Amino acid sequence: MRALCTVLLKEVVENARDRRTVVSALLLGPLGAPLLFTVLMNVTLERERQGLEAPLELAIAGGSHAPNLVAFLRGEGVEVREFQGDADAAARAVRARERRLVLVIPADHGARLRSGLPAAVQLYADSSDTSAAGERVRAESLLRSYASQIATWRLAARGLSPALVRPLIVDEVDLSTPAGRAVTLLGMLSYFIVFATLIGGLYVAIDTTAGERERGSLEPLLTLPVARRELVLGKILATSAWMIVSLVLTVAAFAVSLRFVRLDTLGMAANFGPRVALATIGVMLPFVLLGAALMTLVASFTRSYREAQSWLTALLLIPTVPIMFAAVYQVPTRLALMWIPSLSQHLLISSLLKAEPLAPSSVLVSAASTLAFGALIAALATRCYRREQILG
Amino acid sequence: MIVLESLAKRFGAVDAVRGVDLTAADGRITGLLGPNGAGKSTTLRLLYGVLRPDRGRALIDGLDVAREPVAALGRLGALPHNAGIYPQLTARENVRYFGRLRGLDGTDLERRIDALVELLEIGEYADRRAKGFSQGQRLKVALARTLVHAPQNLVLDEPSNGLDVPATRSFRQLILRLRDAGHAVLFSSHVMQEVAALCDDIVIISDGRVVAHGTPAELMRTVASGSLEDAFVAALERVTTA
Repeated sequence: MRALCTVLLKEVVENARDRRTVVSALLLGPLGAPLLFTVLMNVTLERERQGLEAPLELAIAGGSHAPNLVAFLRGEGVEVREFQGDADAAARAVRARERRLVLVIPADHGARLRSGLPAAVQLYADSSDTSAAGERVRAESLLRSYASQIATWRLAARGLSPALVRPLIVDEVDLSTPAGRAVTLLGMLSYFIVFATLIGGLYVAIDTTAGERERGSLEPLLTLPVARRELVLGKILATSAWMIVSLVLTVAAFAVSLRFVRLDTLGMAANFGPRVALATIGVMLPFVLLGAALMTLVASFTRSYREAQSWLTALLLIPTVPIMFAAVYQVPTRLALMWIPSLSQHLLISSLLKAEPLAPSSVLVSAASTLAFGALIAALATRCYRREQILG
Repeated sequence: MIVLESLAKRFGAVDAVRGVDLTAADGRITGLLGPNGAGKSTTLRLLYGVLRPDRGRALIDGLDVAREPVAALGRLGALPHNAGIYPQLTARENVRYFGRLRGLDGTDLERRIDALVELLEIGEYADRRAKGFSQGQRLKVALARTLVHAPQNLVLDEPSNGLDVPATRSFRQLILRLRDAGHAVLFSSHVMQEVAALCDDIVIISDGRVVAHGTPAELMRTVASGSLEDAFVAALERVTTA
């Protein structure tokens, strides 16, 4: 235990004097991740808000063939623009992204309406242009309500109740909480936290293993009558200590920066107060040990500082795999998934953000399983240091 | 006292060390001399416990390194080939780290560090970070670290590699002083002159085997010219022709 503490203390202090460690643990993760996240969120939210509030701009070709429709759209607040040209010109304009939407009204529109025939109009849009998706949906719904208005008048003129053609009315009742709605956007948050935590220990893990060997200080260290287990655990715990510093700073930075994300403009709330922040740190602690052990193990196998750097950078992607999987398949928080490290942390943090109560069994399984994986990898790292080949 | 008994080590198909016997007595400097690749470093690594022998044993003051590593290595200070120190720690902190790992602490440790700083004349840069140290300065810090627990036995693997003349000189004086204090010093080198100038006993190894051993005078008597260099070359040739 004594040697373990000596190694831990020395590695923590020595790395505090190393610019790479300090920059990555105190700046890169804790400042970079929340900053990037906040900017990303604000851009997304701003786009959604603009889509909802800005007046819809609609170019119409052949507006003179349907003066009533144009008047209806104007009445609904649409800024109607005259489009000069035929259907082909409209298609070209949309393809070239000069226009997002063009409504084309054929010359026989009025005649068909008058004779009670279905009158086609064409709405040109590019569905791959996600920035126009909101406008397209709004234009479609306006056209649909114009059509149903005409239908209502036609039925009324014939003495029939419009209710006859509406056998079913679907009322959508949205039960999601404001915090719950925000989660789809905040889904990335847990990965940013995992990432910043790993970054905090990255250079410590390299310095204490590949770095130590490259400097030639590993062999003198191994000539000491000290159990290899204590050396390795001391190194892993030193990496963990730096990861915890990075984790705490990152979560604190998120708690502050999320106040500047204007979730309320969409009727959403970020449930990230001091209590949730503390719980997030608690949920992440077992993962810190696993991450530190894994980085130490991988870096121990590399031959040089640079090689360790490229391996560990690749390693940073591993925890994203289950998180991506969960995001794509919309995996709910289930006890059966709690044994998967990084996924369980992601799900638990998501639950915290949604203000859902955490099931004690879920927290327990997540912590126990992550710690068990961590202990297993720490044991592997110790074995690795007992091998003669560790000298390189 | 250090005793190696028919020590052998094999890496895959390569016999690196094939039965080395040697004794490094207290109060004497023993030189392990041999060409590059003769098995000097492997022999010493077997002695200071980072490699495990396939056969034979290494005894430090009678304690078997493989069986009682903690007790045996506690009586040994080992300086591996090209040993590095921690650049972000000061000279003193480098020594203190190894002292703590050796189980020393408190005022005992600090007094010991002060004594080593004085003995090795590192006072001038003792509290500077090791980052910009010269090769000679780094070796002195590494030596202080090796001596922190006042070991009876000392093993140095090619310690004077890359040292300039004044640094080599002060290093030799230190080794002589340790011998006079009754320590057993075993060091390896491929430089004839250094071994001739310093050693009380010489062990010449080649191809993983001891090919000659004795005092410099005894070895010189084996060749007509009476030069140590000729004796060295003759010893190597005897093996290759045999």
